[in-house]
Amino acid sequence: MKVLKIATAGSVDDGKSTLIGRLLYDTQSLTEDKLEAIKKSSEQRGYDYLDFSLATDGLVAEREQGITIDVAHIYFSTPNTSYIIADTPGHVEYTRNMVTGASTSQAAIILIDARKGVVEQTYRHFFINNLLRVKDVIVAVNKMDLVGYSEEIFEDIKSNFEALNSNSTYKEQNVHYIPVSALQGDNVVENSKAMPWYEGDTILGHLEQLKQDDVRDEGAFRFPVQSVIRPKQDEFHDFRGYTGKIYGAELNVGDEVTVLPSMTKSKIKEIYFFDETFEQARPGTSVTITLENDINISRGDMLVKSEELPKIEKDITATVCWMDAKQLVPGTKYIVQHNTNQILSKVGQIKGLIATDFSGRSDSENKLALNEIGEVEIKLSKPIFYDSFEDNKSNGAFILIDAHSNTTAGVGFIN
Amino acid sequence: MSTLISEIPMVENLEDKITLKGNALESEAIYIMREVAAQFEKPVLLFSGGKDSITLVRLAQKAFYPAKIPFPLMHIDTGHNFPETIEFRDKLVEELGVELIVRQVQDSIDQGKVIEETGKYASRNSLQTTTLLDAIEEFKFDACIGGARRDEEKARAKERIFSVRDDFGQWDEKNQRPELFDMLNGKIEMGQNVRVFPISNWTELDVWSYIQQEQIEIPSIYFAHRRKTFLRDGLIWSAEDGVVFRAEDELVEERTVRFRTVGDMSCTAAVESEANTIEKVVSEIRVSKISERGARIDDKRSEAAMEKRKQQGYF
Repeated sequence: MKVLKIATAGSVDDGKSTLIGRLLYDTQSLTEDKLEAIKKSSEQRGYDYLDFSLATDGLVAEREQGITIDVAHIYFSTPNTSYIIADTPGHVEYTRNMVTGASTSQAAIILIDARKGVVEQTYRHFFINNLLRVKDVIVAVNKMDLVGYSEEIFEDIKSNFEALNSNSTYKEQNVHYIPVSALQGDNVVENSKAMPWYEGDTILGHLEQLKQDDVRDEGAFRFPVQSVIRPKQDEFHDFRGYTGKIYGAELNVGDEVTVLPSMTKSKIKEIYFFDETFEQARPGTSVTITLENDINISRGDMLVKSEELPKIEKDITATVCWMDAKQLVPGTKYIVQHNTNQILSKVGQIKGLIATDFSGRSDSENKLALNEIGEVEIKLSKPIFYDSFEDNKSNGAFILIDAHSNTTAGVGFIN
Repeated sequence: MSTLISEIPMVENLEDKITLKGNALESEAIYIMREVAAQFEKPVLLFSGGKDSITLVRLAQKAFYPAKIPFPLMHIDTGHNFPETIEFRDKLVEELGVELIVRQVQDSIDQGKVIEETGKYASRNSLQTTTLLDAIEEFKFDACIGGARRDEEKARAKERIFSVRDDFGQWDEKNQRPELFDMLNGKIEMGQNVRVFPISNWTELDVWSYIQQEQIEIPSIYFAHRRKTFLRDGLIWSAEDGVVFRAEDELVEERTVRFRTVGDMSCTAAVESEANTIEKVVSEIRVSKISERGARIDDKRSEAAMEKRKQQGYF
């Protein structure tokens, strides 16, 4: 079964919760007791219609304020696909949570209110999906029922969005425009009778057609070592296995690999998954591998194919999205976590603040505040083995951990 | 033509290769298990004997094979467990050769740390929190692996995979650490601990399908059986073992039932079902119109019941 993770962004006002509710409802994914609970809460609050946000806004503070603060995960499935929706907040002060939701998603739905058109929030949502290189983006122009299902209004919004998209540097991103009414159910799961001029797919129809390969992170094979397995049992006396998840491309028995940072070469002897062995393993699988030679490997090391070495450096420049209330300033120390590797680092110059509306960058005051995005130089105490985020998502991203509070303070995308 | 023919077998060989395609949810859970073992000094797997924690045990086996599971299992026993679950637990632990720690809610009651609820809806479910927090302190566990899933309940839908708790076990829901890509940050201060949820992204159906696919053994109460029961608030309660409070006017009847979740007997209702095999259970779940927590009375106490329990340190 295909698993597809989708990030949705927008405020309650755009009808995001209604859209999610509609997807759940029309795919018969809402059980009677959950529907009953939504009905009860909606009535108690004196609403005329079912407020699906009461089902997705899981925290008391969110229901009180009628906003989404943190990412909620919602699940539904069709016979072919398991969908995981990361429902992310739209407000600028929760940009970090939007980035969190988008980081693990392969597709995104950006909602636009047909009456308002492209607004500042739309820029930000699209920018973040762009920055995080989310492969497939659906621009859902919602509330079409409130603008008389006007083709002209839809086309207008579409061309405004296309103008925005022309500033994007991520040209491989697929953007689709769908006119919908989440409240009435037009073009969400069922085709709209009210908009005969629209001949494209519904939202679900589009998602159903996406193949895993359409949204896969392609790149070179990368294997960050999670741990070493030495069973110390008679039956597996000499067993030395390296555990990890495969990224980028498949791995075959017999492949020649180089271990970083030692640069030692070896060959893949076995690929284990539990008690079975395989000749080949696809990206995304968590395996245990053994090598032809006994070499010294530990957590944080990386195996790559010998002809595809990554960059190995101590000084990097990255686009950083800042997620902590304590500002990022030059000279401070943070722990960089890159895959399974944790390295002490020092922040260098903060060269430019990046506006999330595609207007470009401005000179920064050499600091980053919460929810700001900027170009940051980082000096590492040991080299890391990386690719640019553009070439390899998993090996081009890192997080910054505050050494005092231990919190995840920021995320970086290496240039 | 000759080059083309000579190429065909190569392609076939390639396709014949035994390829591991994998299951995204399973690989994610195994990855998380390995991160726990690598990042923490004293992890423990919270084991209730229910299907989710049984699934966790299988995933842990897979993550560390051929080595043994490198952490103990811990059961917080409310004393109100279905006897079938306890039997099953002891058998599984023996087969795996792992350490099992059991801590009793009854002891917390005897020590006067918690007071037993009384009345019609009395349950020991929320009393577990105190026993759990005491056990975490006693053994100095820094990571507790649990089988909670985000699809169970709306507050759980907000939970991170590595969820940090302070020394009082509290969840700070408004200030959770961002979790990006696959990078899990397990750094904590002394006294803090992390609750880890490897099957966060699984649904109830995913768990059942996995149990079927892997042919994992589960306690018999998950399958249809005859049981003495009574009705209250439209839910079916077990009238056996005398754990659930029953008023005199609540009539005992024998029904064919099974349980969809296995928690404390006092808050877990049964459903009428004829599903006596895993195949039948999976097809029943597939068409079910009621969520699994629909039969858990602990969530019905208020809209924010789960969030409140979690803030206090509930698993």
